[in-house]
Amino acid sequence: MRTALTILRKDLLLELRTLEMLPAMAMLAVITFVIFHFGLSRDTLSGQLAAGELTVTLLFSAMLGINRLFVAEREQGGFDAFLLAPVDRSAMLLAKATALYIYLALLELVALPAFALFAAPPHMGSSLPALILFLALSNGAFAVIGTFVSAIAVHTRARDLIGPMIGLPLLLPALIATSLGIGPLLTVHASGSPSGKWLAVLALYDLFTALLAYAVFDFLLEE
Amino acid sequence: MSTATDPAGATPAAIAIDRLSRYFGERTVLREVSFELPAGQTLAVLGRNGVGKSTLLRILATLLRPHSGTVTILGEQLPQRGWAVRGRIGLLGHEPLLYRDLSGRENLIYHARLHRVPGQRVEQLLEAVGMSSRADDPVRSLSRGMVQRLTVARAVLHSPQVLLLDEPKSNLDPAAGELVEPLIGRGCGATRVLTSHDPQAALVEADLVLALSGGRAAYFGPASGIDAAQLRELYA
Repeated sequence: MRTALTILRKDLLLELRTLEMLPAMAMLAVITFVIFHFGLSRDTLSGQLAAGELTVTLLFSAMLGINRLFVAEREQGGFDAFLLAPVDRSAMLLAKATALYIYLALLELVALPAFALFAAPPHMGSSLPALILFLALSNGAFAVIGTFVSAIAVHTRARDLIGPMIGLPLLLPALIATSLGIGPLLTVHASGSPSGKWLAVLALYDLFTALLAYAVFDFLLEE
Repeated sequence: MSTATDPAGATPAAIAIDRLSRYFGERTVLREVSFELPAGQTLAVLGRNGVGKSTLLRILATLLRPHSGTVTILGEQLPQRGWAVRGRIGLLGHEPLLYRDLSGRENLIYHARLHRVPGQRVEQLLEAVGMSSRADDPVRSLSRGMVQRLTVARAVLHSPQVLLLDEPKSNLDPAAGELVEPLIGRGCGATRVLTSHDPQAALVEADLVLALSGGRAAYFGPASGIDAAQLRELYA
């Protein structure tokens, strides 16, 4: 845990210094909402259409972060430095997944107001706690799968392609559960209470992917 | 766990390699290389560019797996027991392993935490390599020589028993070379494996020499046993 905190602190410090990921992720999200707004030519979106727009936009932005998650380790020798240290290698998984989770949460601080502005779904205010709950669980899947995929992709020349190619199919169950879960929250007759079924699916998928990533992550760091 | 001894059987070998081979795809970089290095001694690995010197160092550092043969460091066989020797090995390679957007001090503190080394040691080493006054500057703003001094500090931060030095004095001017000498030179007390672009300088530093040619060990023996003609042939 202490090692993971050390790596996490270093990652957050690097992002704070360079601002390589977060501004780009946030800008892509806002631009995507603008494109949807004018492309669909509607003043307000609701139900599954709104849920789909939000999910897809967050996915696009998350992929930017996922692709860059290990770049500093690869380009500046962070992998070697870490592998030379007498530490548990799963600390890297924990640290990187937590960093990505934090980036996604910060992204959503910008993306949700932009979504409310450009998509103007009905009753978003009353559904906000449930919406945040879904996004918190969805971020878990993004963080774990993103870290796992990024660790694979960074060792390849075509890392920008490998990330989406492996990541998107793995993220599909979480994306479907998120979209179907938040759709009813963004309707005119929304009750504001989340669907237990989709929350459970997301939570179980988070757990499954976390265990899978933990089991194989050591091997991903090898040469 | 296995232990190895030098040919005379007197000093335990800090590093023992037996018929080590390593390939990259179809290309054989190291072919059945064997040697033993007693604890506290220095081995100079000589040979032309691309002959496998850096690959050998990366295998010893546990960063690359050997494809055949056995590698034993400090009594532990690699790669199976690599975890047992990490933290007892210091690597000074071609890459500084420092984050460009962090300062020298921040980088060393990061490495110190990974190796469970007290922060006090960071300040000692910054002083030792003459970088205290520039310790808070981002690494990307430093000259190559300054980065190399920080890299030396990073490599010896955890007081490793085995030092793997890949052209350790590249980018260092004579004054800086003298500055880092107590940390990575003969008197540092560690078992050392070093490569150098200057074979004569490496021979002065070494007790033993491993000369690589075509991935094979062309010579392994005392540094005094290799003559100028052999060196010329090696680099021809």
